[in-house]
Amino acid sequence: MQPDLTKQFLELVRLAATDLPPDVEAKLRQAAKQEEPGSAAQGALEAILKNVEMAREDSTPICQDTGTPIFYVFYPEGWSTIKLRKQIENAVAEATARAYLRPNAVNALTGKNTGNNLGDKHYPSIHFEEVEGDTLMVDLMLKGGGCENVGAQYALPNSKLGAGRDLEGVRKVALDAVFQAQGKGCAPGILGIAIGGDRGSSYYGSKEVLFRKLDDTNQDAELADMEERLTNESNEMGIGPMGFGGKTTVLGTKITGLHRLPASYFVSVTYMCWAYRRRRMTVQGSEVSYE
Amino acid sequence: MKAIDIPISDDIIRSLRVGDPVALSGVMLTGRDAVHKWMIETFIHRTREPQDDDQEIYRAIKPLLDGGIIYHCGPVVSGLETEEYQFVAAGPTTSIREEPYQGDVMAHFNIKGVIGKGGMGPKTLQACQEVPGVYLHAIGGAASLIAKSVQRVLGVYKMDFGVPEAIWVIEVKDFPVVVTMDAHGNSLHQEVTDSSKSILDRLLAVS
Repeated sequence: MQPDLTKQFLELVRLAATDLPPDVEAKLRQAAKQEEPGSAAQGALEAILKNVEMAREDSTPICQDTGTPIFYVFYPEGWSTIKLRKQIENAVAEATARAYLRPNAVNALTGKNTGNNLGDKHYPSIHFEEVEGDTLMVDLMLKGGGCENVGAQYALPNSKLGAGRDLEGVRKVALDAVFQAQGKGCAPGILGIAIGGDRGSSYYGSKEVLFRKLDDTNQDAELADMEERLTNESNEMGIGPMGFGGKTTVLGTKITGLHRLPASYFVSVTYMCWAYRRRRMTVQGSEVSYE
Repeated sequence: MKAIDIPISDDIIRSLRVGDPVALSGVMLTGRDAVHKWMIETFIHRTREPQDDDQEIYRAIKPLLDGGIIYHCGPVVSGLETEEYQFVAAGPTTSIREEPYQGDVMAHFNIKGVIGKGGMGPKTLQACQEVPGVYLHAIGGAASLIAKSVQRVLGVYKMDFGVPEAIWVIEVKDFPVVVTMDAHGNSLHQEVTDSSKSILDRLLAVS
């Protein structure tokens, strides 16, 4: 008999919306120390950190744009995804009623707000994948609109940027995306990059890679080097927190590769704002834990 | 940090320079995409007939915007059922979407300050010189912190636009912002874009 996890999903949403993951907060603290004392950049980072603490203490949203809720549900054999979807939807509506989430789902054409963050089958965005074993694991990311708007997809080769179909070309278009974004994606941001795939899977890949921890290392040595290089070169551009100018433009970069057609070479860049809200819930028997 | 009360005089606006941190106190209005479109179409270009209580709302907001502030913000608000509204989270939204409208809206209502994030373009910078006015950058995402500076919600109009898009009348105390576009034609956003462009060009040239 499958348990009703509505309450547990509600806690997952509350945690994601109001409490920044420790790895992200640690990076922001490190960045605040590196900026010029008294600069607008340092002032912005200090305000951000104060805001993070207040949101945690008061259980209020870190950012008023509580974003698109994106769930990845990894479920053991025998679980009903219809029931899981219903429970997630109920939790999202309840989280909205409790002001952990802003009513964010509006009709594409009329702009009418549904008022409870429930829309069509893509809103909230829920992905199901059956896994081996008996543990249910649910990842949630809240992806704000401001940073989503500065995401970009490139089809290589790109002659304007001199970007060919290789890792060097990937570097060039990714730097262009950071430049185009300036501070508009709420810098300092985190880059999720997918190389390959079709246009759709490529964008998904660039979001999924953002579920990695900020301080982990890519298992592919070549991609690990490129992640570090892109973070450093983005910071060299001096765009800084909020685009005020400064040393911290990007907190980290995560890259993944997807099989592609010989004819296509897409590079998708998802820009995640500093309010990098992602949380995981694990259900093992009657034990529920969050990280 | 300069402490400034709303409404704001032209002299104070002209004394502000790009990079100045400012703490604002007084009454301001929120307004974003739907509100700007509604203002332009109904009252400025008049391509749409006023409907329902449009005229009444116009008369109510006009004096509040005269010498005042418009804040690009779609807040999280509690007390929706009891109408005992409270701002829970209220950071800025991206301003550039209002670029086609902002200059005309500033001129029409004599708005002295536009608060948002990400900066705005040449049309708004031009309006900042003419009105005169300034663009004030709030810290994007610092929603709980900013909500704390909102002392009271005095009222709300155009709830039919939805909570994020409605016009919220709020009283703030020491609302923290940075001047990033001033009344003298300076834009920090333009400066940072130009300097980062030259570094990007150098990075694209090496392999």
